[in-house]
This record gives sequence, C-alpha cells and structure tokens, in this order.
Amino acid sequence: MLKQTEGSRAVAEAVALCRPEVICAYPISPQTHIVEALGEQVKSGALVNCEFINVESEFAAMSVAIGASAAGARAYTATASQGLLFMAEAVFNAAGLGLPIVMTVANRAIGAPINIWNDHTDAMSQRDCGWIQLFAENNQEALDLHIQAFRLAEELSVPVMVCMDGFILTHAYERVDMPTQEQVDTYLPPYAPRQILDPAEPVSIGAMVGPEAFMEVRYLAHAKQMQAIELIPGYAEEFRGVFGRDSGGLIHTYRADDAETIVVALGSVLGTVKDTVDEMRERGISIGVLGIACFRPWPLLAVRAVLAGAKRVVVLEKSLAVGLGGIVSANVETSLAANTCELYAVIAGLGGRPITRASLHRVFGEAIAGKLAHLSFLDLDHTIVDRVLAREQQTRRSGPIAEAVLRDIAAVSGLRAKDQT
Amino acid sequence: MSYQPIKFYQTGTFTVGNRLLEPEDRSVQANMRRTNSLNSGHRACQGCGEALGARYAIDAAMSATDNQLIAVNATGCLEVFSTPYPETSWQIPWIHSLFGNTAAVATGIAAALKIKAIKGGNDRVRVIAQGGDGGTTDIGFGCLSGMFERNDDVLYICYDNEGYMNTGVQRSSATPPAARTATTMAVGEQPGNVFGQGKNLPLIAMAHGIPYVATATVADLHDLEAKVTRAMQIHGARYIHIFVPCPLGWGSASNDTIRLARLAKETGLFPVFEAEHGEVTAVSKIRRPLPVDDYLKLQRRFAHLFGARPRTDVIARIQAQADRNIRKYQLLQEAPQ
Repeated sequence: MLKQTEGSRAVAEAVALCRPEVICAYPISPQTHIVEALGEQVKSGALVNCEFINVESEFAAMSVAIGASAAGARAYTATASQGLLFMAEAVFNAAGLGLPIVMTVANRAIGAPINIWNDHTDAMSQRDCGWIQLFAENNQEALDLHIQAFRLAEELSVPVMVCMDGFILTHAYERVDMPTQEQVDTYLPPYAPRQILDPAEPVSIGAMVGPEAFMEVRYLAHAKQMQAIELIPGYAEEFRGVFGRDSGGLIHTYRADDAETIVVALGSVLGTVKDTVDEMRERGISIGVLGIACFRPWPLLAVRAVLAGAKRVVVLEKSLAVGLGGIVSANVETSLAANTCELYAVIAGLGGRPITRASLHRVFGEAIAGKLAHLSFLDLDHTIVDRVLAREQQTRRSGPIAEAVLRDIAAVSGLRAKDQT
Repeated sequence: MSYQPIKFYQTGTFTVGNRLLEPEDRSVQANMRRTNSLNSGHRACQGCGEALGARYAIDAAMSATDNQLIAVNATGCLEVFSTPYPETSWQIPWIHSLFGNTAAVATGIAAALKIKAIKGGNDRVRVIAQGGDGGTTDIGFGCLSGMFERNDDVLYICYDNEGYMNTGVQRSSATPPAARTATTMAVGEQPGNVFGQGKNLPLIAMAHGIPYVATATVADLHDLEAKVTRAMQIHGARYIHIFVPCPLGWGSASNDTIRLARLAKETGLFPVFEAEHGEVTAVSKIRRPLPVDDYLKLQRRFAHLFGARPRTDVIARIQAQADRNIRKYQLLQEAPQ
C-alpha cells in the first residue's frame, strides 16, 4: 500500500510486520522515532507477542537482544553514533556468538566534537565486527532491507545491521510502498534458531576458547559472510518475486556499463550522485555510478566486474580513516586487482555537511581532468584550517580546536553575523 | 605426616546432620535427586568459596523450579573455571556473554521466555544471572540497576570474594579497607585498600524496592539454599549477595574457607539478612560475638596490620565498622528473658 510517511515510521512498520518478539529501546538521535513508533505499536496492541523493553543504555540494549536471541526470540534494536560505540563490546559479542539480531543504525557522526548530523563514521567503526552491513539508498529500500535482514540473519545465524542515513532518511517524509502482512509472512519464515537455551536440551554458550580453536571460530565467521555473498542476490531476487520491486542485493549500478568514470558511494547520497551523473551524461561525459548496498561482506567480485572497464574511479565517502584517508576506497582498492585505473577518495559530508550537485560537478570534473588529488576533502574550508594551524604554531596554549574553528568561522563571516543580530 | 583431628559431632555452628531433620527440611545437596548443575571436574582452586556457593545456589534454584532453569554468567572465575571447552561443568542451559552485561542478558532471556509462554511454549522456565563482585558492583552495575528498576523476572546472584581474583587479585569496589591486593599494595603509610565509603550492593538493591534481597555466606549453606528457594518462589527482580572467601586472593588456608565465612558473619563485618520490598524482614543473629582480629589474622591480605608494629589504629577502624553493622542490623542475640 502506497503511503506518505517518515522514514523512521516506515522502518518501524516494516520491522513490526516481521513479527519481532523482543525490542530493546534506548533513545539516541536520529534513531529515536523508530523505537518510539514500535513502542506505540506494542503498547496499543497493534504488534502482539512482543516485549518492548526500555533499557538504561545501548550496551544494555544489545545485551538484552543477545539474551533474547539466545533464548530463541526474534530480537531487534536500533541505535546511532555514540550509542553504537557504547554498545560496541556487545556488538562484537552478538556476532561472535552467532546471534541473528537485526539492528537499524541511523548513521550519524561521532564526537568529539559532538555532532548529531549524518555521516557514516558510526557504521564504519564497526565494519569488521562480524555483522552484515546493508546500506539503504532511500526510505523504500530502508524498510525493504529490514525484511531481508531478518531472513538473511536467521538463515546464517549472523546479526545484520541496516544502515540508513540519519535525518536525511530517518526524518524525511517520502512515499513508500508498505508491504502487507501476508507478503512478509510469505517471504520471512518463523525464526528457527540454530542454537537455543532450552532446559530440555541444555547447552553451554559462550565458553572460553583458546588458541587451539580460536582461529577456526573466526574463520567460520568469515565463511558465513562469504555465504552471505552467495545468498544476498538470491534473496533480493526472491524479494522482487513477492513484493514486486528491486531492493537490496549486493550492489546497484546506474549508467555504469560503458562508463569511463565510475562514482562509488553508499547510502542516500546516491540520489544526488545520480542526478549529477545524468546532467554530466547530457553533456556527453562518460560517467556512471556504483552503489554499494552491502558493505559487509564486501562484494569483492561484483565490484570488480563493474569497475573492470573504468578508467577512473571516484569513491565518495562519508567517513574518514584518520591518518589514512578513505575507508570505502581502501575496500574498493581490493576489488581493482590488475585494473590500473586511477582511484580517487573524496571525503564528503562529514557531520552533516551538505553534498551539493555543484560540488560534485566540480570534483568529478577535476577527476576527469586529472587534477584531483588522490585524497581530497569536499568543500573543506582551507582558510579556516590554515588559521587554526598557524595559531598553533604561534601559541603553545592554543586552546580547544573545535571551538577555535567555530570562532574563526564566526570571525571570517563577522559582518554577516553582525547583520543577523 | 601431619594430620588434623576432626570432631564429627560439634562444628561450632548451628550445623545439624541432615539425618536428624525431617526430609522436607534437609538440604538440597543431601537429596539423591540433586542436579549437580555445576558438576565436578571444574578447575576452581582448592577451597574456592565461589564454587561451593554456586553449586548450592544453582542446585537449590533447580530444585525450586523443577529443573526449568537457564543461567547467565558474567566473565570471571566462575565462568573460566567451569567452561574450559570442550569440557563444561554446567548441566543446565548456560550462557556467558560479557563481563558487564549479565543482568541485561538475563532480562533478554526473561523477555523471550515470556513471549514463548504466551505463544504456548513452556511457561515454567526461569532465569538466573550470576557474577562475581567485580561483574556486579563495578562493571555490571549499570545493567544490574536497570534490571532492578524494571523489576525484570531475574534472580541475580553475586558471589562476593572482594576483588578481581580471575585477573590476579586486583581491587574492586567490594574490596574491604586495608586489604592488600595487586593494585592496593601493602606499602607506605596507609598500606592496603583505602577507607572509602563502601558500596553496599544489598542496600542499593533494597533501595530499588525490589521484591527480594538477601545476603548469605558459604558458612551456612542451609540458609543459602533456603534463600535461593525463597527467591525462586517470587517473580520480579531478586538479588542474593553471597559471601565467598577466596584462598588465593585472601592468602588464607584452603581449609579455612568456611571458617572465614563464619567469622565474617560472627564479627559483624558481613551482616546476613533478608529484605522484601526494601525492608529488612529477617536477620541472622551473631551467636558468639568475636573481635575482627580473629577474622583478619587468618588472611595474609591483612598481614601488614599484625607485623612487628601492629596497626591497632587500622584494626580499630575495621572493628568500628563491624560494631556499626551490629547496631544497624541489630545482629546480637537478645538476652534470654
């Protein structure tokens, strides 16, 4: 059924259709609307046979989900940013124990400096924790991915993180096609756990594992993710059969078949990238798009196949490996193999900085002209950065950095600031 | 070869042989159908108070729930010595997740069990969470308080050996003043642990107003069993704090574990009581008041108080704490009428 709704509420409705049995909620922007909507569904009786638990921290949220999942319940929670870091120990634990929890991450920057707006630093910080990570391009895909996530998680007994851009998606009202309960029931069978705490058949879960077996256990976690590479395209295919639309899969391509330049990105920025590419194509420029729908496991071969004919690859990414550069681009590099094309990492949109078509036109143009540095920062204000660095050279007690940047920005735009008061 | 004569008829406590009791009053451990939930063969040290406490506690809980029990375990000695895989001592469904999240994992299990019961599954299964004092009073405190506040249907048992013994005897917030640990060294003007304000978990649990809180020691295992049994008859959040001496960490003889637990209670240092909904309902009286010296002297972690220059000032402060407990909980036997 088509409806106009907020991204968070759309996801909450989709999660409810998946018949979760335990939901743990702890507020953190911009995820909060999702669990609020689910809480309302449970409290009103719209979602039956489900415990909605208000916990005291994200660490508890993931831990309650671990207990619920180990006891055989379909468990769900949602978080973002600092919350994901606060639960990090339990995030690794859920993956290590092989518990098929599904969690929404409403992607948001990580402090300090504290910042509530969107980038991908939170999800990227957990990229190697053993969870499958799916990235939604729009609200329709966000809600669809949750239905696929439960299917995938429970088939493999691996937790799945559905990442959607905070505010840009979570708080955007868009038209979505909401599935029926019958469709979801057709696609998603009841949870049949591979391991369960059951007095009728006692097992020990979470025992100490020494050097004699640890490598094997870790390898099996990797093997599960490799199985996911095989399963995900089929699940997307099956999804189309039941729901009548394309969602999920490993990658999405757009005008990439013959493209000399391919832009790689994930999440909601793909919309802006596609618009930009359309405009550049109209000007006769050979450019296309590769969207990464599944970041973990990394779709090595699928990415390699798309990039095989490209002369240059521009990776537009909303996170920064401080001291290295791009995270996604480092992953893309593994897919290039013998391909000697130019690879550009463009760090963009950190802490919610808008990524505009104008800026994309400029940076893609620079890449095509061979004038782009291999690592660049989209729309970085070099004047401000230089002022701060210069002051640090002059003064030992130069003070807190973030505040200095804010002060300098205010000083540079002083006249405008005065006008506003 | 040295030997120690044992008197079978008099142990200096209220201990009474099971054969003298009515069958329903006998201990769970004396029952032929005891479950050995924490089975023999584990790797606990000789004289481990925690292994003893856990065996009695979990078997009592099994008996009280007709063997319909799931246990969650914090990281720590109990977890490590019981599951050196491929061997496990646990004869019951058991999960270890992390050091600090045990109460929350138990909450999740309780929630899952509730939904399974609504959906027509087994509605009798109960959940117990257990950890040491580090996993309870320090790193697991937030999750524990959350579980209490929500009144989740979980019995949490803390085996308190007053330090991080599994990592090599470091101080926890349950380590008593003046005690030597690897991080509160017995050197300087004020050797051993500081005199802080303490962190009395049973009282903090009571402040949550939860249905049942109790303390116990491994010196009175019958009392321990009775409290676990009582706790399993109640739904909602429950907390039992069991005093378990640690020969390794305390520098005590492994055959003094029970004696030390008894002395902790008899000196007033560890009050043994029960509370319901935040109010103390029963107190185990001190039978024969003893000075704290009797308790401290048996432990090398307090040896610096009794050297060539005894620290009578420090001992007096510890005695004052015991005396305060005796007044506060009215631990002394009332004079015969």
